[in-house]
Amino acid sequence: MDMKFSAEAEAFRDEVGNFVADNLPDDIRHKVAQEEMILPREMMVRWHKILGQKGWSCPSWPKTHGGAGWSDEQHYLFEREIALSDAPRPIPYGVVMLAPCLLEFGTQAQQEKFLPGILSGDELWCQGFSEPNAGSDLASLQCRAVAEGDSYIINGSKTWTSEAHIADGMFGLFRTDSSGRKQQGITFLMIDMKTPGISVTPLMTFEGTHEVNQVFFDNVRVPFANRIGEENQGWSIAKYLLGLERFGTAEVGRSLASLARLKKLAAALAVDEGRLSDDPDFMSEVARAEIALRALEVTEQRFLFGPGGSDAMGAEASMLKIRGTEIQQDILELTHQALGYAGQRGQDSRPVLQIAGITSGKAAMAHFNFRKTSIYAGSNEIQKTIIAKAVLGL
Amino acid sequence: MDFTFTEEQQLFRNSTRRFLDEQYAFEKRAGILEQPHGYQESHWQNFAELGWLAMPFAEQYDGLGGSPIETMILMEEMGRSLLTSPYLATVVLGGEIVAAAGSEEQKSALLPQVGAGELKLALAFAEQGGGYDLTQIRLRATKNETGYLLEGSKTTVFHAGVADKIIVAARNAGRAGEREGVSLFLLDPDAAGLQARSYRTQDGGSASDLEFKAVQVPEEALLGQEGQGFVPLQWVIAKAAVALCAEAVGTMWAISEQSGDFLRTREQFGQKLGSFQALQHRLVDVYMKCQLSQSLVYDAVCGLDQEADQQGGKPFGPELMRKICAAKYQVGLDARSVGQEGIQFHGAMGMMTELPIGHYYKRITAINSTFGDPRFHLRRYRELMRQDQDKAA
Repeated sequence: MDMKFSAEAEAFRDEVGNFVADNLPDDIRHKVAQEEMILPREMMVRWHKILGQKGWSCPSWPKTHGGAGWSDEQHYLFEREIALSDAPRPIPYGVVMLAPCLLEFGTQAQQEKFLPGILSGDELWCQGFSEPNAGSDLASLQCRAVAEGDSYIINGSKTWTSEAHIADGMFGLFRTDSSGRKQQGITFLMIDMKTPGISVTPLMTFEGTHEVNQVFFDNVRVPFANRIGEENQGWSIAKYLLGLERFGTAEVGRSLASLARLKKLAAALAVDEGRLSDDPDFMSEVARAEIALRALEVTEQRFLFGPGGSDAMGAEASMLKIRGTEIQQDILELTHQALGYAGQRGQDSRPVLQIAGITSGKAAMAHFNFRKTSIYAGSNEIQKTIIAKAVLGL
Repeated sequence: MDFTFTEEQQLFRNSTRRFLDEQYAFEKRAGILEQPHGYQESHWQNFAELGWLAMPFAEQYDGLGGSPIETMILMEEMGRSLLTSPYLATVVLGGEIVAAAGSEEQKSALLPQVGAGELKLALAFAEQGGGYDLTQIRLRATKNETGYLLEGSKTTVFHAGVADKIIVAARNAGRAGEREGVSLFLLDPDAAGLQARSYRTQDGGSASDLEFKAVQVPEEALLGQEGQGFVPLQWVIAKAAVALCAEAVGTMWAISEQSGDFLRTREQFGQKLGSFQALQHRLVDVYMKCQLSQSLVYDAVCGLDQEADQQGGKPFGPELMRKICAAKYQVGLDARSVGQEGIQFHGAMGMMTELPIGHYYKRITAINSTFGDPRFHLRRYRELMRQDQDKAA
């Protein structure tokens, strides 16, 4: 048992850190450091292309398709350094989710058609899974795709669709058969967002951001060639996709960066005669969060670098998502609380109050916005049920 | 980075578990607790043969040269099996303080005997009213022509009632609260003027309160250098705190597994208890706490392992101290919660002395009030965090 990284791995980590320090544009770093999870398209693509010049934009892909061919240690350290440096998260839907499905289940023609745009960053995707009546119970989805000639005709809607308003394409799950079990009869399709019949309605989250949308389909024609896998086999592809993420789901690096910001803020905030960092009650909360984060960090490392390596990780990964989101929410809430009265200021209120790099309205927004993390990508309750069944045999 | 155990470590865990499963099955516990001082003295030689008593000591003292990882493995298994014995007192406290503070001569004389199972030790450090702060030592050591005169008292000296030698932390200079002026003495339990009152503890163990009334010890009784006792004492207690965290994690996994077994088999309302989501999610919380606590123990153990070569010589860095405080805080908190949940899962049966669950909980409670409770360690962690931040600023 040895918790040190090899000299080789440390050199790689430094290479990543130095590259980001030298190449991450300030305006992008600033937005990420304000805890904005979803960046404007232009920023996402700009950073993706900077990474691409180094061959690092889609590192987890096979080398033959433009991936980096890294070891588990390298993947881990890359994600961590990127997060610690306040560089943007990888483009989630195309790079992290759709591409592996294309590589595993897609035809060669599909791979040749869709992968280059994802690799270059010129084509952004969104994910059409959730529906108004299919949230945690994803398999009960009803948005219909009916075969007609060489195409499917889609009618219905998808909701909570992040980035649908900036995406070029949507991959998603559609109902092609309702006669059997609900998991059967689901088909995985890729849709050009410019296809006639698609309309995107913004949904505003309560902190005042437009990240998610409802997408309506009115006789939208999707060629058979855009189907991944066989008809009615979509559920197994979705399950593959949901089990993909092994590196970074706990967002430990992000939380470490957020925690460092919180400590700086506490040291700078004047309270009574001293600073907030003199307040033992508040600092006990910070200490508690820091310890919880360390426990999570080592747990993630144990799962990745324990017996069997990352391949041995099963439903245990769910606990990384649960604790990762809980701790992240905790730190961002503490940051907002630290501001006291100043935390009440609206996002556009003037004068803007900025202390140790934390802006009043932004801290509130981050606190509120990150309430989503324990809900999205399989709510934390769903994750607990997965552990109960798969790990504990209940 | 690698979290796998070596083959030797795996074999060590297997042999330890096999012995404990055979000899310390829960059905035997009541009988063992009825023995004097609550443990099976006839097994002490088995402990020596299994390598437990010589594990952490250097080979030049007939030790096995084991690292904190081996101690962790052993303590986890002992926690799982609810072993009561003078192991902690003799090896983790007594033997380790000799190794950390003793002269070459003292180490050569004592450690081989400890490893062979011929010598039991106890470490007297805590004092009534001193809380968990190791600097709160009032027991006075006054130098005179024949050596030192010890005056004062010690409390909760684990297994002092069976110790062949007692090591006592005394103050030859300065006042309570100071690190300087602490000396360690090695003495016989039957030294004139030393009164011991032994009692049983809540977890089935045994401890003593010691009264030193003009106890005269010779100069050779000094363990190491006069006034240099605090650093080794702090080092040994820190290591012992991590060992207790490992023991706690052993109890936590056992509670988690036993609760899982119960929920998977017990039926109410015509279905298994484990089919109720209210209980499923709570067992998942227990499972996660086991994992997270395990991680913090690994973190502290690897930290100890890296600094092991400077054993007792100089104070270890604040970074390691933080890892230890983090573990003792979080493991204590989580073990308490897991113990309470374990009782609750078992319903009224959970209150019965015939079930292990309450016994685990009592041990966890004792662990939490040894070497600092979660509140104490959170405060220390916070102070270390503050120092770190001040240094950075």
